[in-house]
Amino acid sequence: MAALLSPRLLGLLRKESLQILRDPSSIAIAFVLPVLLLLLFGYGVSLDSKHVPVGIVVEQPSSEASSFLGAFQQSVYFEPRFYGTRQAGREGLRQRQVKGLLVLPADFAQRLKADRDAPIQVIVNGVDANSARLLEGYVQGVWSSWLQRELQARQIPVARPVEPETRIWFNAELASRNYLVPGLLVVNMTLVGALLTALVFAREWERGTLEALMVTPVTLGEILIGKLLPYFVLGMGGMVLSVLMALFLFEVPMRGSFWVLALCSTLFLLTALGMGLLISIVTRNQFVAGMIAILATFLPAFLLSGFLFDIGSMPAVVQVVTHIVAARYFVTILQSLFLAGDVWSLILPNAAALVLMASFFLGLSRRLLRKRLE
Amino acid sequence: MTDSPLVIRGLTKTFRPGGRTVRALDAVTFDLAPGVVTGLIGPDGAGKTTLMRITAGLLLPDAGAVEVLGLDVAVEPLEVQARIGYMPQRFGLYEDLTVGENLDLYADLQGVPATARVERYARLMEMTGLGAFMKRLAGRLSGGMKQKLGLACTLVRPPRLLLLDEPTVGVDPVSRRELWSIVYRLVEAEGMSVLLSTAYLDEAERCAQVVLLHQGRMVDQGPPRQFSEPLRGRTFSVQVEPEGRRALQARLSRLPGVLDAVLQGDGIRVVLEGQSDQRPSDAEMAGWRPVDPRFEDGFVALLSGERHRGELPRVHARSISGGEAIQVTDLTRRFGDFVAVKRLSFAVRSGEVFGLLGANGAGKTTTFRMLCGLLPVSSGHVRVAGVDLRHAAAEARGRIGYMSQKFSLYANLTVLQNLNFFARAYGLRGREAKARIQWALEAFELDAFAATESGTLPLGYKQRLAMAAALMHEPDILFLDEPTSGVDPLARREFWDRINALAEGGVTVLVTTHFMEEAEYCDRLAIMASGEILALGTPAEIKARAAGEDQPQPSMEEAFIALIQRRDPA
Repeated sequence: MAALLSPRLLGLLRKESLQILRDPSSIAIAFVLPVLLLLLFGYGVSLDSKHVPVGIVVEQPSSEASSFLGAFQQSVYFEPRFYGTRQAGREGLRQRQVKGLLVLPADFAQRLKADRDAPIQVIVNGVDANSARLLEGYVQGVWSSWLQRELQARQIPVARPVEPETRIWFNAELASRNYLVPGLLVVNMTLVGALLTALVFAREWERGTLEALMVTPVTLGEILIGKLLPYFVLGMGGMVLSVLMALFLFEVPMRGSFWVLALCSTLFLLTALGMGLLISIVTRNQFVAGMIAILATFLPAFLLSGFLFDIGSMPAVVQVVTHIVAARYFVTILQSLFLAGDVWSLILPNAAALVLMASFFLGLSRRLLRKRLE
Repeated sequence: MTDSPLVIRGLTKTFRPGGRTVRALDAVTFDLAPGVVTGLIGPDGAGKTTLMRITAGLLLPDAGAVEVLGLDVAVEPLEVQARIGYMPQRFGLYEDLTVGENLDLYADLQGVPATARVERYARLMEMTGLGAFMKRLAGRLSGGMKQKLGLACTLVRPPRLLLLDEPTVGVDPVSRRELWSIVYRLVEAEGMSVLLSTAYLDEAERCAQVVLLHQGRMVDQGPPRQFSEPLRGRTFSVQVEPEGRRALQARLSRLPGVLDAVLQGDGIRVVLEGQSDQRPSDAEMAGWRPVDPRFEDGFVALLSGERHRGELPRVHARSISGGEAIQVTDLTRRFGDFVAVKRLSFAVRSGEVFGLLGANGAGKTTTFRMLCGLLPVSSGHVRVAGVDLRHAAAEARGRIGYMSQKFSLYANLTVLQNLNFFARAYGLRGREAKARIQWALEAFELDAFAATESGTLPLGYKQRLAMAAALMHEPDILFLDEPTSGVDPLARREFWDRINALAEGGVTVLVTTHFMEEAEYCDRLAIMASGEILALGTPAEIKARAAGEDQPQPSMEEAFIALIQRRDPA
């Protein structure tokens, strides 16, 4: 650790800090980018369907039909919209005024009174498969609870051999934001960490400053640490800001301990910075480095980390691929830290994976950085 | 055992860009003389930078050895780097750090103790004249000041061997002179050995020793006089009337026994072949005045075996009414609050070769871009080929050809594909296009390279191709932006032969350059500094205007410096 005290390293650190302070771009990457992403995704992306516009066609008004519709109108999930005829309702569906269509046929009340099957028609726009499935489920839920009330009102006993008692753990209100925001922090940190360092070596190559640096007696370790440390501090600043936003703006609970969060964030940030350094050393070009940093870190973190899409339901090959995505491990850690607490059996193996990845990227950067121009 | 600070033996280095093999250095062997300035001289692509980088431990040679101050560079690069100073071609100044902070960084990296810094900084600042700018950001210094700061950073710990890679390229003559005086003082006061590379042949005469590189091979080594002296008695100046000088130069350069004939102001400089039986007739030589040989003459003589003179392009330009191809009045261009070009006024006659001479940042390229209609003017008027650029830029553009500094070729297209593309771009089709492409291949001797990717062409050929492309549509006016920077003197001569032929055919040629030498080839020129014209006239007029008691017959460079100093006396 003698290198940590050398005047050469101090000189490099001072230089890098001055550059960061004078060039607003790295500060923007570290602080503005995460805030923007968090606001955009935190408010914009929600996997809960609420106030879904649903078209309703009642062919023959009746008290039964009104009672059934009442259940719909009370639900927060639907925004009913009435059409006079099936034809008009279908047209509304086609023009995307509504996402689904519920038709109560003319003989609905009649058949109900006669204790015969009373079919109702539900048409769902399947273009957006995800919300179509949600809509279908919600309609069924409304229907079955209405049916139960109806039967009770008429005092018809229902035989129920199995009664499910559902209890939701860790995220009782089932708010998707609670698990999306921790995932977003990961995506944020991946992008910020990699972008910060992806540009730094490439920039020095482009401006010719590295050649002058290389012919001084400075060692490669000093150059690497001189780059890593200032951007680590910057990245951690961005992380703290993001966590504060998560806790106070999005009101995500924090059930784990902060020191575990700090430690795991350190590991992950080192991994992300290492990826950026590697990209920068290999490409030597700011534009290419920036593109690769986004493609190689941001996209996998978004798609393959389990933040949006459940890894368990991916094809086996893709599941294997997710193991080289560092974000995957940090997503698991953060989701359990925020929502469940210090679950050591989850945190330890994932943190170990991060240690491995950080050492891999930093080690490879060190190996590939040469004091030669070839 | 030798006392030479740098011993190079059989140094060979090969690069393989895109599957092609380029031998950058081929068995180069020399000892650097201690305690003097040695010039490493050669055109772009001669291997100068590769040699510097290997010496600084930044590249490994394929074969051969480099010993710096008794240390093998390949084995102990860090030890060597702690003892030498190396200033790369583009010195890596951190532009968002101040002058002082840049110095501090390099002092930290070179391990200069804090106590020694005060004195060292004071000395460096006194030498470079940067003392007043310690708190200014390096990015806001002028080109010459940046170069001096780069040198100061390299010298923050006094090295025993100093490597300077093209420190004077593109720097204005005043700063160039200052850089040289710093280098001399270092050699004298600190006993430093200096290896300085340059593509400017006139700088060879300032060095104690010269190592001449050409295409990776060392041509010769010795004091500069050793190169020029054998030509004594073979160099002449021929006086000529301005009107006939191009024709005479073209005729003289083809005369048997004539090695070289170039325009020089109001005369022609002639170098004769060595064998006396081949001399031009006495009648021909009547009125020739013997002059002192220069280093460049020696260079041309050494490499003359590789020179060949092909057919020159024949062109016919439409005549421009009024006799003035370009008229510029009060031309101004601002970028934000920075005025790049200040109220320029000049006129270029049809068929004239007009030069814009100035250092990097003098406003030459900005002026050019406005004349070509590539950059809108902030204020003032420009008429090109009789057309007001503000109203009919497209029409004017059809009558001009433009060759940019970077040649604007498609590197991964072949020569023929490039020519095809430019023919199309200028709206040529069918038989007409075919004829022009054929003309370009022949006139510029590109036949043999028709199927070669243009990115892999030697620099001189790239330049020919770029010029051919700019001439596809037979323009009346040709704009050449720094066309010869970095090419060797032979390629430069060939290039100017073509320019002269074009001018004889009635094409108006506008050329920018920072080679003082080249200014002599122009009919008239404007000397530019910080966006203004310092002087306008024929080369002889400009030199006459700068002449003073101490300099009755100044060179173009001396004239330039005198004019700048007269404008802002220090």
